Amino acid sequence: MAKIGIPRTLAYFNYYPFWKIFFDELGHEVVLSTPTTKGILDDGVKVAVNDACIPIKVYHGHVVELANKVDYLFCPRLVSLRKFGDFGTETFCPKFLGLPEMIRYGIENVPEIIDVRVNLGSAKKQIDKVCYEVGQILGNLPNQILQASKKASVIQKKYEELLHQEFLPEQALDKVFTNKKKAKKIDKKDKFEPELKIAVVGYPYAIYDNYINVGLLNILKNENVKILTQDMVNDSDMNKQIRTLPKSMFWYYSNRVIYGTLHFIHRGDIDGIIHVTAFACGPDSMVDRLLEIEARKRSSIPYMSVMIDEHSAEAGVRTRVEAFLDMIRYRRDKN
Amino acid sequence: MKVSFPRMGYSYIALKWLVEHLGHDYIVPPEPSKKTLDLGVKHSPEFACIPFKILTGTYLEVAEEGVEVIVTSGGMGPCRAGYYWVMHQYLLDELNTGIKMVGLEPPRCDLIDFYKKLNWLRKTGGISLNAMLNVLKVTWEKLKVLDDIEMLSHQVRPYEKKRGETTRVLWKALEMIDEANTLQEIKDANNEGIKAINNIEKDTSRRPLKIGIIGEIYVVLEPAANHYIQIMLGEMGVETDRSIYLSGYTRNATIVNLEGDIYERAKPYMNEAPIGGHGVNSIAETVIYAENGYDGVIQLAPFACIPEIVAKGILPQVSKDKDIPVLTLFIDEQTGKTGVQTRLEAFVDLLEKRRETRNKIERLAI
Ligand code: SF4
Repeated sequence: MAKIGIPRTLAYFNYYPFWKIFFDELGHEVVLSTPTTKGILDDGVKVAVNDACIPIKVYHGHVVELANKVDYLFCPRLVSLRKFGDFGTETFCPKFLGLPEMIRYGIENVPEIIDVRVNLGSAKKQIDKVCYEVGQILGNLPNQILQASKKASVIQKKYEELLHQEFLPEQALDKVFTNKKKAKKIDKKDKFEPELKIAVVGYPYAIYDNYINVGLLNILKNENVKILTQDMVNDSDMNKQIRTLPKSMFWYYSNRVIYGTLHFIHRGDIDGIIHVTAFACGPDSMVDRLLEIEARKRSSIPYMSVMIDEHSAEAGVRTRVEAFLDMIRYRRDKN
Repeated sequence: MKVSFPRMGYSYIALKWLVEHLGHDYIVPPEPSKKTLDLGVKHSPEFACIPFKILTGTYLEVAEEGVEVIVTSGGMGPCRAGYYWVMHQYLLDELNTGIKMVGLEPPRCDLIDFYKKLNWLRKTGGISLNAMLNVLKVTWEKLKVLDDIEMLSHQVRPYEKKRGETTRVLWKALEMIDEANTLQEIKDANNEGIKAINNIEKDTSRRPLKIGIIGEIYVVLEPAANHYIQIMLGEMGVETDRSIYLSGYTRNATIVNLEGDIYERAKPYMNEAPIGGHGVNSIAETVIYAENGYDGVIQLAPFACIPEIVAKGILPQVSKDKDIPVLTLFIDEQTGKTGVQTRLEAFVDLLEKRRETRNKIERLAI
């Protein structure tokens, strides 16, 4: 039995249920880093290349936290998750592609890194191959691995369905991993009549990480706002938007943000859009401008972008968000 | 139609010839200046990288001259440069310039798109298919000799007795290439240029340091973006070799993919390729320069350029293993010429000291 560290950031919000179940089934122990804190961020800033974007620095911080606690660090090289976009070559941001190396050469005493290459671009079946490679590193038997990956897929699917039912990852994770009774409670808490519906779009590791987003989601919840994110949009709705742009971008997460937002623009029940962008993020500089222009061209939905960096403070974000909501309410009441 | 294109180094000499002989009016974009940058910064997203901003500025400058079409390259990522033309189209539309961007996707990625767009340029220019093929051949030849001549100038400059002489002669050679219209004329101009550069008065007793220049294509290729780093180093008595030349780049990256080897060299450090831009190349090229006896490597990259940041994270290890100092210069709109010069001087100093100690140790060993 091995202890496997999973950093609670980057792709965590997308794939955690799968790998948690997979490793559990194989009899290993998953050690999750704590939610991001100032300490984690500071550690990350210390060890990462100083020109890196904030999410990559945060990832480094999570690895530092896990380093002495685990036998393996699970840091797969995410290359592509599906065929998508102009040339069918949609990949992750280059920083994801080089992540295992950045970690290996950037941090002292990292545990052994499980850096299997995840490239599902060509076929769904590829996931079996990835699982097999991971299982082999850990010394598990082929049929064991197959069983585990099947079970993991079932849970993962359930998780994604919950997201599509418009649960936030936090709630969806709770629902997937807790018993029925507790899950019902979550449901009850969640039934409320929202005053406004706001699309909060951006990279999962930026919008769902409550430290990184300086409390944005909580601010909105307290204002009685229903939060919608691109991860709640299913693939076919997203794909419908592809034809409406001259060319797709090359990055998985960026395209999800763009097509998710375009979907929300046309949905008819969205009161505002907040785009959360990361400081020093390469792709975002273009994503943000493109969304702003498209939102204006296609609708009259108010659009705001919030940039997060090492020094963003809750107070600043709160003021801006409150002003944004006030503006929306004002406009609604006027009509 | 009035057609323009991005400016990168001396390639405009070949590109304007191309546009003219496709049957259009060309507008040569001005060399990027303070004005270009200011315009670009004003109208680009704040966090776009410096090549994007300079190009925005350049396009707005040619817009003032009534350009109707701008032809540029596309790309399939994962570097964001492949999306520039789309983004620029958005920005130019917002500003009501009426300019149409034509982004030529590399034929390797999307042959049909490439052909369609090229053919559109040909038809609107009113020339035959055959004529176009010939025009392309001549353009290609021009690009190649432009690169060859420039390469030679960087080898000769550190030996020049009269400071600035090489650059002066280089410009004369470039003018000759500019005037050539046939393959034969290009060949003659090239020969003459080479002769002239080789005839510059040299001090052969010098032992110049050798530095390899690597990094992101735009800031490596456009001297105005990198503060004429190669000329600066040359005049400090350093011989430079740069890893990217437009003709070499196109030969490798678009028509056939010969980069397999380069990725192989990077493999011990980076088990994934490509990661976009020249990220992996930068790692491999550092290895190659080290193994070829170079004294140091300079990595040039736009601020926040993702692939180069990844490379930068790995280069310290390469530098240690291969015993070669690496200087990284991230360039943004605040980077000034003096700042660059100071850092270069310090780096060159360091390399000279290393060479001295190494020589001493060798002498002691004897
Ligand atoms: S997409 Fe942006 S925020 Fe995400 S890893 Fe890449 S540069 Fe960083």
